[in-house]
Amino acid sequence: MVRVLISVPKRVKRGEAFDVKLLISHPMESGQRRDDMGQAIPRDIINSFVCTFDGDEVLRADLFPAIAANPFLSFAVVVQESGTLAMTFTDDHGAVQTETASVTVE
Amino acid sequence: MSRLPSWCPWPFLQGGPASLVLAGLLALTVAPASAADKRSGYQDASPETQAMQDDDAANPGFLWVQQGETLWSGRVGNANRSCADCHGAAPATMRGVAARYPMFDARLGRPITLPQRIQQCRVERQGAAPLASESDALLGLTAYVGLQSRGMPMQVAIDGPAQPSFEAGKALFTTRQGQFNLSCAQCHDGLAGQRLAGSVIPQGQPNGYPEYRLEWQGMGSLERRIRNCLVGVRAEPFAADAPELADLELYLGWRANGLRVETPAVRP
Amino acid sequence: MLRRRFLVLAGSGLLVPLAPIRPVNATPAQVAALIAELVGDAQIRDERVKLDLPVMVENGNSVGMTVTVDAPVADLRSIDVFAEGNPLPHVVRVRFGPHAGAPRFATRIRLATSQTVIAVAKLADGSCWRDSVDLLVTLAACID
Repeated sequence: MVRVLISVPKRVKRGEAFDVKLLISHPMESGQRRDDMGQAIPRDIINSFVCTFDGDEVLRADLFPAIAANPFLSFAVVVQESGTLAMTFTDDHGAVQTETASVTVE
Repeated sequence: MSRLPSWCPWPFLQGGPASLVLAGLLALTVAPASAADKRSGYQDASPETQAMQDDDAANPGFLWVQQGETLWSGRVGNANRSCADCHGAAPATMRGVAARYPMFDARLGRPITLPQRIQQCRVERQGAAPLASESDALLGLTAYVGLQSRGMPMQVAIDGPAQPSFEAGKALFTTRQGQFNLSCAQCHDGLAGQRLAGSVIPQGQPNGYPEYRLEWQGMGSLERRIRNCLVGVRAEPFAADAPELADLELYLGWRANGLRVETPAVRP
Repeated sequence: MLRRRFLVLAGSGLLVPLAPIRPVNATPAQVAALIAELVGDAQIRDERVKLDLPVMVENGNSVGMTVTVDAPVADLRSIDVFAEGNPLPHVVRVRFGPHAGAPRFATRIRLATSQTVIAVAKLADGSCWRDSVDLLVTLAACID
């Protein structure tokens, strides 16, 4: 389980885009580094991110080792009614984690 | 003819009246910054790095703050006690606290840093094992407490019993060390604002710790940063929690007095 | 143990922190091939995409990047970013769905060295658009 900080506005307008910002606590080990004995440190990253709103897709991202540690993602969402944003991350071990955030349309 | 002071980085410029003038000029530049000249490392960072710090939703330090906030309410140890059980709500009770650290601990007879104080509470009042040095948990708690002083001016006291430690810290700051034979003051007082390779040399102010450092790709304490500096001049770093480090942090804290706390800061 | 290791490394005159030891970097030709595979037969034009990256990178470990496409978001299918000078040139692929609110994506990326970074956008009509930034990455003066 990685720590996630999701930033969603408290209230949004129907049909008007709003920004979602995400911080994920993860070292995103690129597989390019070596330890002080010269041994390669194996790759270990979050490789996939999917955001849905009430089950319909907002966007999906394939992440590669060039994504910086403690990934920051920011994108815009548009909705017609209140509902739930679900954010799912998958890592190189196949572990899947989903975080949710409510969206309230005023 | 007087020799140039030992802290002069250009030892070959010795002798002659010109060197006296130069020595005088260097003395001016190597003096500690006055209140008006104090610059937070924030000001020497790029606009992109500043923007990362300015937006709480984009500042990776808040991942640790979030962890600290959770730990604040967690009951641990033989006493089964949380920070909140004694200290209540941190935004109220911890307001301004971090700005006064390091502070002199009468019982220990020496300065204590904020992470050390947190460890002290853990061991003595919660009856729990100390957290690992530089662990996410300790950084998280320190960042969470530090956040409650954000925006407030640093107010580190060096009077009374803290004086000898302060003097020891100041001596460390101005003494040449390591294979490169450099003192902290030479770069961070004398050459601050100029460049070393591609980077601007900051004054080395501690007002944003624990901070997220892009070079670390993570969060770290002031102690970790000082360790890096010592390695940087090829000096033997002090052991973790060495008294010399507390003395130096006390001096650095006093030197930063008046600068606003920026915890959790973001730095290159 | 750690201290002895430290002294051995320090004594060698080279203090090696956790850092890549000269990995093989990608080439512009490799990236061109990846882009050709992505784009297929479509023509790729240097318009409509704005790749926002600083030209002077303060620290290659974490560089803020925003890609914006001048097209209605409903028409935007994907954005791909490539870094010609990284060991692994593919940085990210983003695919946009029905609830995407703007033709834009932001993240922070790693850049190994001074290089050209390229963003390619594909629209629903199959057209492909591109922007690139040539940037400078310096090593930190004080490692770790």
